[in-house]
Amino acid sequence: MNRRQFLGTMGWAAGAPLAGSLHGVSWAAPAASATPYNNLLILIELKGANDGLNTVIPYANPAYASLRPRLSIARDQVLPLSEREGLHPSLQPLMSLWDKKELAVVQGLGYEKPNLSHFRSIEIWETASQSEEYLDAGWLARTFALAPAPRTFAADGVVVGSSDMGPLSGPGVRTIALADTAQFLRNAKLAQANSDQRNAALRHILAVEAEIIHAASKLNTNFAFKTEFLPNPFGNQVRTAAQLVASNAGIATIRLTLGGFDTHANQLGTHANLLKGLAEGVAALKSALNELNRWDSTLVMTYAEFGRRPKENQSGGTDHGTANVHFVAGGRVNGGLYGEPPQLTRLDGNGNLPFAVDFRSMYATVIDKWWSGDSTRVLGSRFPTLDILKA
Amino acid sequence: MKFSPVAKKILRAFTLLAFAVPAAMPVRAAADDSLGADNARHLLNRTGFAATETDIAAYAKLNRAEAADRLLTSARSVATQSPPAWVNEPPPSPVRLRDMTQEQRQAEQRKNVERAFELREWWFREMLTTPSPLTEKMTLFWHNHFATSQQKVRFTPLMYQQHVMLRRNALGNFGTLLREVARDPAMLIYLDGANSRKEQPNENFGREVMELFTLGEGHYTEKDIKEVARAFTGWSVDRDTGQFMFRRGIHDYGNKTVLGKTGHFDGDQVIDILLKQPETAQFLTRKLWKEFISPLAGNAADDAQLTRLADGFRDSGYNISKLMRAILTSDAFYAPDNRAALIKSPVEFVVGTMKQFDIDTPNLRPFVIASALLGQNIFAPPNVKGWPGGEAWINSATLLGRKQLIDRLFRNEDRMEVAMRNMDEMALRNGDQPPPGREARQRRQMERQMGGIRWNLDKWADKFAGDGRNPAALRDMTRVVLAVAPQNPPTASEKPADWARQLVYDPVYQLK
Repeated sequence: MNRRQFLGTMGWAAGAPLAGSLHGVSWAAPAASATPYNNLLILIELKGANDGLNTVIPYANPAYASLRPRLSIARDQVLPLSEREGLHPSLQPLMSLWDKKELAVVQGLGYEKPNLSHFRSIEIWETASQSEEYLDAGWLARTFALAPAPRTFAADGVVVGSSDMGPLSGPGVRTIALADTAQFLRNAKLAQANSDQRNAALRHILAVEAEIIHAASKLNTNFAFKTEFLPNPFGNQVRTAAQLVASNAGIATIRLTLGGFDTHANQLGTHANLLKGLAEGVAALKSALNELNRWDSTLVMTYAEFGRRPKENQSGGTDHGTANVHFVAGGRVNGGLYGEPPQLTRLDGNGNLPFAVDFRSMYATVIDKWWSGDSTRVLGSRFPTLDILKA
Repeated sequence: MKFSPVAKKILRAFTLLAFAVPAAMPVRAAADDSLGADNARHLLNRTGFAATETDIAAYAKLNRAEAADRLLTSARSVATQSPPAWVNEPPPSPVRLRDMTQEQRQAEQRKNVERAFELREWWFREMLTTPSPLTEKMTLFWHNHFATSQQKVRFTPLMYQQHVMLRRNALGNFGTLLREVARDPAMLIYLDGANSRKEQPNENFGREVMELFTLGEGHYTEKDIKEVARAFTGWSVDRDTGQFMFRRGIHDYGNKTVLGKTGHFDGDQVIDILLKQPETAQFLTRKLWKEFISPLAGNAADDAQLTRLADGFRDSGYNISKLMRAILTSDAFYAPDNRAALIKSPVEFVVGTMKQFDIDTPNLRPFVIASALLGQNIFAPPNVKGWPGGEAWINSATLLGRKQLIDRLFRNEDRMEVAMRNMDEMALRNGDQPPPGREARQRRQMERQMGGIRWNLDKWADKFAGDGRNPAALRDMTRVVLAVAPQNPPTASEKPADWARQLVYDPVYQLK
C-alpha cells in the first residue's frame, strides 16, 4: 500500500460511512425499482476534438494515406473492423468488446454549417443546438428538467474530474461535480443547507450546497473492486465512476472527461497515448460494471466538439475539422458499424468532411430508446434514432 | 456561550443596520461626497484582495473620482518582487533538444514544471505584498483574456516574459497591448502561430484574435479567419533566443480581404482593422464590466451605460486606464444591487483570505496548489478561452474545496499542515493534474517545505475587540470581512475569533 492509498483509506474511515449497508450488499437491488433511469448513461468527452480519422481508420481508402503522408497509420498496424475500416492499434483493449458485439462505431457524426471553434462547437454538441442557435441549457439538463430522475436518486447526473458541467449545465437538473467520492463525502459535511435567496450569485451558491447535502446522504465508497484501475488521471475518473455506480445511490448519468486531443502539432505519439488511455479506461469500466452486474444496464458513449481535418498540417498535426466518429459500448449495445465512412473525396472548401448523421440522433437514441423518453420535446424536433441497442 | 434569543436579535439588528444605512443614504450628499467605509471597502475589494481596515479608512475620506484617481495614478507597471533567477535564460538550442536522451528530455520537462510553480509563487507573493493590487487584478484579467498555458508553451521563461508584457500594458493602451500579444513568443507557441507559413497558414491565432481578443463570436466569417491567418504567417519565434522573429520567407505577401477591406495586409494592419470595429470596444468593456461591476443580467439601464463606456473607450484610442476610471466612478459600480454580486475567483479567495487574516508563510506553494485545485491554476488556464468565471467557479466540487480550505485554516490554525496534505491529496485525484510520478515529487517537496506557516486568528480578531461580546466591534469586523450582511447571522461568544470563523463559513464570504 503506497502513501496515497493509505491516505485514501484514512479518509474513508474518518469520513463516517453514510450508508449503513454491509460491504457488497448495497448493489444488489436498484434504488428505485421502476424508473427508466436505472439505465445508466456514461458520457466520455474527448476534449479538444479527437482525430476520428486516425481513430477509426479508413485504411482501404487510398485518399487516407495521401492526405496524411506523415500521420497515416500503416495498413498492417490497423486492427480491422471490416474490409474498409479498422481501429488505431492503441485501441486494442476495445477489440474484445467489438468481438462480443458490444461496441457500436458511429461514423460521420456532425451537423449543418459546422462551427470550427472549440468553445462554440462543444456548446453546440452539449446543448444540442443548431449551428446558429444559442441555447443556455445542456441537452441532459433539459432531459432531466422535463423528466427528472426520482427524488430518491442521489442526483440526475455526476460530473467526474471536471468543473465544467457540460451537457448537465442548466436549471432544473441536479448535478454534482466531484473528483473523488471519498473526498466528496468528507467535504460534504461542511455544506450548510439554507434556502434563503438574495442575489443571483448567492442563490447559485445555496443551490449547490443543497445538492451536495442530498447527494452525500446517498453515496458511499464501500465496494472493493477486483478490477484494476490505471493510476493515471483518466483511470482515477473511471474508478470514481465505478464507485458511484457501486453506491447504488441512484444516478442516471455520469460524465467523464479525457483531455488533450487538440493535436495541432506533433500528433502521432500524443494521440496514440490518448487512445490507449481511452481504451484501457473503457475496458476497466466494463470489467468493474460487470462486477456490479451493471454492464447490461449501462451505455458508454464518447463525444467531442468536432473531428479533425483530413489533411495533415505542416506541424505534424491536424487542424479543426467537422464530421467525426464516436463509440457506443455496453452489454445491450448491438455492436457494429453505423453511419457513413468518411467521404475523403468530398471535402468542403475548408478541406473538411461532410457529415452523414446528425449528432442529435445519438441523443434521440438515448432519450427515446434507453430512457423511454420523448426526444422531440428535449431536442425541439425529431431526429431519427439509431438502431444501436438490442431489442 | 449561548446568547439569549433577545440578545441575538439585538446583535443581528446591529449587523443588518450596518449594511442598511449606507445603502439608504444618498451616495453623493451635497455637503460631503466622501465614500465612507462601506463604499471604500467595496472599491478596494473589487480592485484588490481583501482591503485592510487601514486602507478602508484612508479611502473612506475620498470621493469617487479622488479614489479612482488615487488607485490609477499609483498603479505600478513593474512588479515589486524580484523574479526567479532563470527568467531570462535562452531556450535550449534545437540541436541540444534533438540530441537529448529520453531522460534528459524528462528532466528538462520537470525543470519547466518546477519553474512554473516558482513563477506562480512569485506572482502570489506580489499579489500579497504589492502596494498596487489593481495592477494584479488587471494583469490577471489580461492573463485570462489572452489566455496562454505553460502546459503547451513548456519553456517557462516565455511565460514570465509574457507576464511582464501584460503587466506593463495592464492599464495602458489596448492597441499596444494587442500588438505586443500578437508578437509574444509564448502566444505564438500557444496558438501555433510560430509554425504558420504561407503554404499552410495555421488558423488558430487568426480565429482567436477575432473571437476571443477583439470582436467576439459572430462578427466575422470562416473566410475572414483564413485571411487573417495568412496575414500573420511568418510571425514566428527565433529558436536560439526565444524572441519574436519575422520570417520573411514564409510570410504571405498576397492580397487579403478581412471584414470587407482588401489589401496586402500584414498582422499589424489586420489589428488596425479589428480596432476600428465598434464590436471590439463593446466586447472588452462588457468583459471588464463583468469583472468589476456585475454579472450584467441585461437590464436596459446597464446596457445603455455599457454602450457609453464602450464608446468612450474607443474614442480614447483604447486607453484602458481611462476606461477603468469611468467604470470605477460609475453609478453602476456603486449601486447597492451590485454589492456581493460577483463570485470570488479561486485566486481572489485564496490570496484574499491570506491577506485578510494576516496568514504569512515563506512558502506559498500550498496556496498556489489550493488555488489550482479550486479551478484556477495561473499560467495554465484550461484553454484559450481562459477561465469561464462567474457562477462556473462554484460547483459541488469547488465549493466543497473552498469550505474545506476554510475549515482547515480556521477550525484550528495549527493544523495547517494537515490542511495542506489534504489539499494535496485532492491534487493527486484531480483529473487535470500532471502524471502521478511528478505529483508525488511535488507533494514530498511541499511537505518538506511546509513548516513556518504562522498565523494567529485570535491576534487578528482581537484588533477589533478584546471582548467578543462588543456588538460595535463585531459589526466592524463583519463589515471588513463580508461584502453584505451574512446569510447566517453569527452568534457572539467571549472570543472575537469565533465571530470571524462564522463569517468565513458564511456563503456570503464566497462573494465580492
